[in-house]
Amino acid sequence: MTEIAAFIAQTIRIAIPYLFAASGGVVAERAGVVSLTLEGFMLTGAFAATLGSFYSGSPWIGVLCGIGGGLLFGLIHAVASIRYRADQIVTGIAINLLAVGLTRFFLLMAFDSSSNSPRVPGFGITGDAASLTGALLRNPLVWLGLMAIPAVAWLVHYTPFGLRVRAVGEHPAAAETLGVPVKRVRYLAVALSGILAGLGGVYLALDQHQFTDSMTAGRGFIALAAIIFGRWEPVRAGLACLLFAAAETLQIQLQGMQGIPSQFVQMIPYVLTIVAVGGFVARSTPPAALGKTED
Amino acid sequence: MRRLLVLIGVLLAAHVALLFVQPRGAVAEDDSAAVDVGIVFDVGGRGDKSFNDGAYKGADSAEAVLGADIRFIEPGEGSDREAGLRLLAAQGMDLVIGVGFIFTDDLTDLAVEYPAVKFAGVDYAVTLDAQGNVVQPPSNLAALKFREEEGSFLVGAIAVLAGGSKRVGFVGGMDIPLIHKFEAGFRAGVRHVCADCTVIAQYAGVTPEAFRNPGKGKELALSQYQSGVNVIFHASGSTGLGVFEAARQTGKFAIGVDADQYSEAPGHIMTSMVKGVDAVTFDAIRRAREGTFQGGIYSYGLKEGGVGYIYDDNNRALIPPEVIDRVEQIKAEIIAGRIQVPSTR
Repeated sequence: MTEIAAFIAQTIRIAIPYLFAASGGVVAERAGVVSLTLEGFMLTGAFAATLGSFYSGSPWIGVLCGIGGGLLFGLIHAVASIRYRADQIVTGIAINLLAVGLTRFFLLMAFDSSSNSPRVPGFGITGDAASLTGALLRNPLVWLGLMAIPAVAWLVHYTPFGLRVRAVGEHPAAAETLGVPVKRVRYLAVALSGILAGLGGVYLALDQHQFTDSMTAGRGFIALAAIIFGRWEPVRAGLACLLFAAAETLQIQLQGMQGIPSQFVQMIPYVLTIVAVGGFVARSTPPAALGKTED
Repeated sequence: MRRLLVLIGVLLAAHVALLFVQPRGAVAEDDSAAVDVGIVFDVGGRGDKSFNDGAYKGADSAEAVLGADIRFIEPGEGSDREAGLRLLAAQGMDLVIGVGFIFTDDLTDLAVEYPAVKFAGVDYAVTLDAQGNVVQPPSNLAALKFREEEGSFLVGAIAVLAGGSKRVGFVGGMDIPLIHKFEAGFRAGVRHVCADCTVIAQYAGVTPEAFRNPGKGKELALSQYQSGVNVIFHASGSTGLGVFEAARQTGKFAIGVDADQYSEAPGHIMTSMVKGVDAVTFDAIRRAREGTFQGGIYSYGLKEGGVGYIYDDNNRALIPPEVIDRVEQIKAEIIAGRIQVPSTR
C-alpha cells in the first residue's frame, strides 16, 4: 500500500510541470500558434520565481514573478509570430535559446555563479521520509497544477473565448469575417500559455528551492509531446502528461532493481513518447491553421 | 522573411570576419619570459563551483606564483568549444588547456594540427584501439586524468561506516564510462567494509542534459531514501543539487563530488569526493613554464593527491573519528597498492 502511495505521489510530483506547460500549450496551439516555446517559458518562469522569492523572502511573490517571467516571454513570442508573422518554429527555437542564455547571464549577474542560485524560500516542508505525501498535499502549486487542465478544458470548450480560440486556430479567415479579432485572441492565448508554462517552471524552482542553469531539461518538449499525444484536447493531453510521468516513475523505481539492464529501463519514457507522437494510438489532426503565418 | 535572411547573412559574415581579427595589442606587449596560457572552460564556465572554478583557481595561482599570462574563453554551446581552442592555438599560446572530457576529440585534432603548441586536457578520455591497447595522445598533448575510483572507494567506506544503514545509494548523471568509474569505486569501497551491504545505483539519463536536471536528481534520491538508504553519493553535476534537496527534505545525507559541496546543504553533506583540478592545472602550467612539459597520459590518484575526501570543521560532527581512522588506513593500503580499486563496473 505504501508503495502504491509512493508511486502515485512521485508520479504527481513529476507530472506537475508537464501539466502546467501542457495546459498552456494546448490553448496556444488551439489558437494556431506553435508551442515549441514551452521550454523557454518554463525556464524564464523558474528563474523569475527564484529572483522574486530570493529578494522578497516570500514564495508567493516568487510565484507572481514567475508568472511575469513566463508572460514576458510569451509576449515576445506573440509579437514575433503574430505581429511580425515570423516563422513560429524559428522563433520558437530562438526563444528557447534566448531563455537559456538570458537566465544564465542574469544568474551570473545576480548571484555570481553560472551554475545555481542560493537557496530561496519555497513551499516544501522538511521532515522525515514518511511525510513526503503530506508535503506534496501542502504545496499549493501541486493543487494549482492539478486544476490547470480542467480549467483549460472548461475555457476551451465552454466559454466564448474558447470558441474564438478554436475558430482562429481552425479557420482564421472565416473567424475574421465574423468579426473575431484574430490577432487579439492569439495574443491572449499565447500570453496565457506563457503564464501557465511559467508556473510549471515556478514549481520546479520552488520545489528545488533554487534555480539551476537549464534546469527544465527538456520538460517543455515532453509537455508538447503530451499535447500532440492528446490530440490537442486538454483532458487527453493532461492524461498523457500523467502517463509520461508514470513511465518516468516506473523507470526510476525499476532502475533500482537488479537484473534489468539499465539502458532498457532508461528507454521506457522515450519509446512511449515515440509511440505516442508517432500516432500509433490514433490518428491525430492538428488545428488546421497551426503554424500558418499568412492570414 | 527575405530581410531576415539578409540580416542573418550580414551577421554571419561579420562573425566570420571577426574570427580573423588578431588582438595585436596583446601580442605587442608580450613579455617573452612569461608563459602564455589559454584555457577554454566547459559549459557552465566560471562560477560553476566545481570543475571550471577549480581550473580557474589553479590558473589564478599560476598567474600569481609563476607570472603566467592567462587567457580564458567561456564557450556558449557545442561548436564554440573547438573554435575557442583553435583561436588560442592560432594566437601562438605556449599552452592551451581544455577543461572537461568533452574537449577530448577537439584537443587531439588540434594537437596534430599545431605541433608547436602544447595542449593539456583535464579529464581527457583516453581511447582504446581495436586490440584494446591505450591510444597514446599526440606528443604535445598531456592527458590529465584522475583516478576517481580511488576517492569514490573511500567515500563508499564512509557512507557505510558513518551512515548507519546497510543500503547506500549512488546517483550518476549521464550513463557513460567516466561516471561508471565513480560507481565502480564506490561499490568496491562499500563492499570492502561491509560484504553484505547493497548499493542502489541509478542514473539520471543518457544525454548531457542528465548533468543539469535537479528535478530528476531529487526524485531519484527520494525513491532511494524511501527504500531505506541513508547516504547517497552523487556524480551528476547540478543534478546532484536535487539529491541534496531530497536529503534536506528527508533529513538524510548526501556525499558531494568534484569540489567541497558542504555549503549547498549544510548539515546534510557528509563529505565530498574532491578532484584536485586546481593542483593539476597549476602543475601543467608550471611544467610549461619550466620547459619540462611532456605529452602523454598523467594519472592523478590518492598517491598524487589528485583525489581525496573532505574532513574539516564543517563535517566533523557527521563522521565519528574511528571511521576516519579506518578510512585513513584504507587510503594507505590503496596508496601502497595492497587494495586494487576497480575502475569499471
